[in-house]
Amino acid sequence: MRRFAAQARAEVAMTLRRGESVLLALGIPVLLLVFFSLVDVLPTGTKDPVDFLAPGVLALAVMSTAMVSLAIATGFERQYLVLKRLGSTPLGRPALLAAKTAAIVVVEVVQVGVLVPVALALGWHAGGADMAVAAGAVVLATVAFAGLGLLMAGALPAMTTLAAANGLYLVLLLLGGMVVPLAKLPGGLRTVARALPAAALSDALHSALGGGAVPGRAWAVLAAWAVVAPVAAALTFRWE
Amino acid sequence: MPAVEVEDLVVRYGDVCAVDGVSFSAEAGTVLGLLGPNGAGKTTTVETLEGYRRPHGGQVRVLGLDPVADRRRVAPRVGVMLQRGGVYPTMNARDALRLFASYYDAPMPADELLAQVGLEPVARTPFRRLSGGEQQRLSLALALVGRPSVAFLDEPTAGMDPAARQTLWGVVRSLRDDGVCVVLTTHYLDEAERLADRVVIIDKGRVVAAGPPAELMTAAAGDHVRFGAPPGIDAAGLGAALGGAAVIEERPGEYVASIPATPGNVAALTAWLAEHDLPLADLRAGRQTLEDVFLRLTSSGPS
Repeated sequence: MRRFAAQARAEVAMTLRRGESVLLALGIPVLLLVFFSLVDVLPTGTKDPVDFLAPGVLALAVMSTAMVSLAIATGFERQYLVLKRLGSTPLGRPALLAAKTAAIVVVEVVQVGVLVPVALALGWHAGGADMAVAAGAVVLATVAFAGLGLLMAGALPAMTTLAAANGLYLVLLLLGGMVVPLAKLPGGLRTVARALPAAALSDALHSALGGGAVPGRAWAVLAAWAVVAPVAAALTFRWE
Repeated sequence: MPAVEVEDLVVRYGDVCAVDGVSFSAEAGTVLGLLGPNGAGKTTTVETLEGYRRPHGGQVRVLGLDPVADRRRVAPRVGVMLQRGGVYPTMNARDALRLFASYYDAPMPADELLAQVGLEPVARTPFRRLSGGEQQRLSLALALVGRPSVAFLDEPTAGMDPAARQTLWGVVRSLRDDGVCVVLTTHYLDEAERLADRVVIIDKGRVVAAGPPAELMTAAAGDHVRFGAPPGIDAAGLGAALGGAAVIEERPGEYVASIPATPGNVAALTAWLAEHDLPLADLRAGRQTLEDVFLRLTSSGPS
């Protein structure tokens, strides 16, 4: 427990001290939220754009932390033999994984703590939001995204992971129903997008935070990714 | 029970046999030096002891335990210094030491250790901004923070300046005095000669010599006397004076006489030089340096 707590504290401190991860975790989501709420150019389909953007940007924030930040940090830790070195300390891999998970949760709580007040200040109508359902979707999505992040970090060179994670981030941002509604995508692309975890999460958050029922398809997609991605990562992960 | 035991260890990478039947052991309170040219199998051997790879044949024991199967019991009592890296690049030396200290039940105080390895002035510098030698010293400190019974140091002085090497040698000697078993690999033969109680020389995955450095150097003496004198002396004339022995000028001014290293022969040699009014620059009889032994036994020497 002492080892886990110390490691989790170190992981959080390193994340919050890395400029690029703060940019990714808070800077970009806040910027997108504020800019497109004030400049109504997106085909959000809601009367106030912030009502569409707030759940979408929360989904984006989860993806940034659980997938992109985790992938990049872990990729470099592998390249610099940190993971190898930790393997011969009494910390152990289960405690290391638990600490990384805890750090992701802490950062996500910080993100929610910043984004929700900003969204409310921009006039977000959050009445009827089902927080428990939203939290459930975030947990599943966190597992799925972390699995994808570790899949990249554990198999690719660190620089390739960096590029792949950022590229995937951009693709999933555009295809994830986060800033552009899925309904606006062409039919074929929309079908692909719906099978991806990003769209499933933003779908779930739009429903849960907008007072509606989460479609069963979104749960199924999230759950499937939450199983497949971590298993694939566990099977292919190379510690050095 | 030896602190470290390697028995007929075989490790392969695909078809390549990196370690091919290596055996040695080391007791608590001793320093074992693992020597060998690049690719000899030193790091592979040490990494098997560290639990990073499983033997394909034979077995290794650390404190009587299997480093892979008994990892949870071995890890708290073993300190590891990798050849490079192993520290979060953005973390500073003090934070890294404190973090690693938290992994162990009774760690050394981080500040005391920082002082011991001479890193106090750069305690707040991120790892990636430290010089190569400073990074090595931090890796050493991280290996020791858990008060290990066995320390594995893989090329610990690579990239260190002479002062840092002296610091490290001092740390290793005090570990030995505290009863720690230190296993270190090195390229520097003087390091092994001064530091190691026992040396194991590995080449192409096999042990080619093992024993205390002094013993290896004496055993390898052979029937040679090496001496330095001005270039171009009458080697044939000297050989005749030594009873028809071969005297060869290996490099300008460096000679090898093929005679047993007896006091009588040495006296005859110096007498001949005195007769010809030649200065004697250097004389080595009856004992080779570890470097001579190493070069003769391993593939890195002239063939």
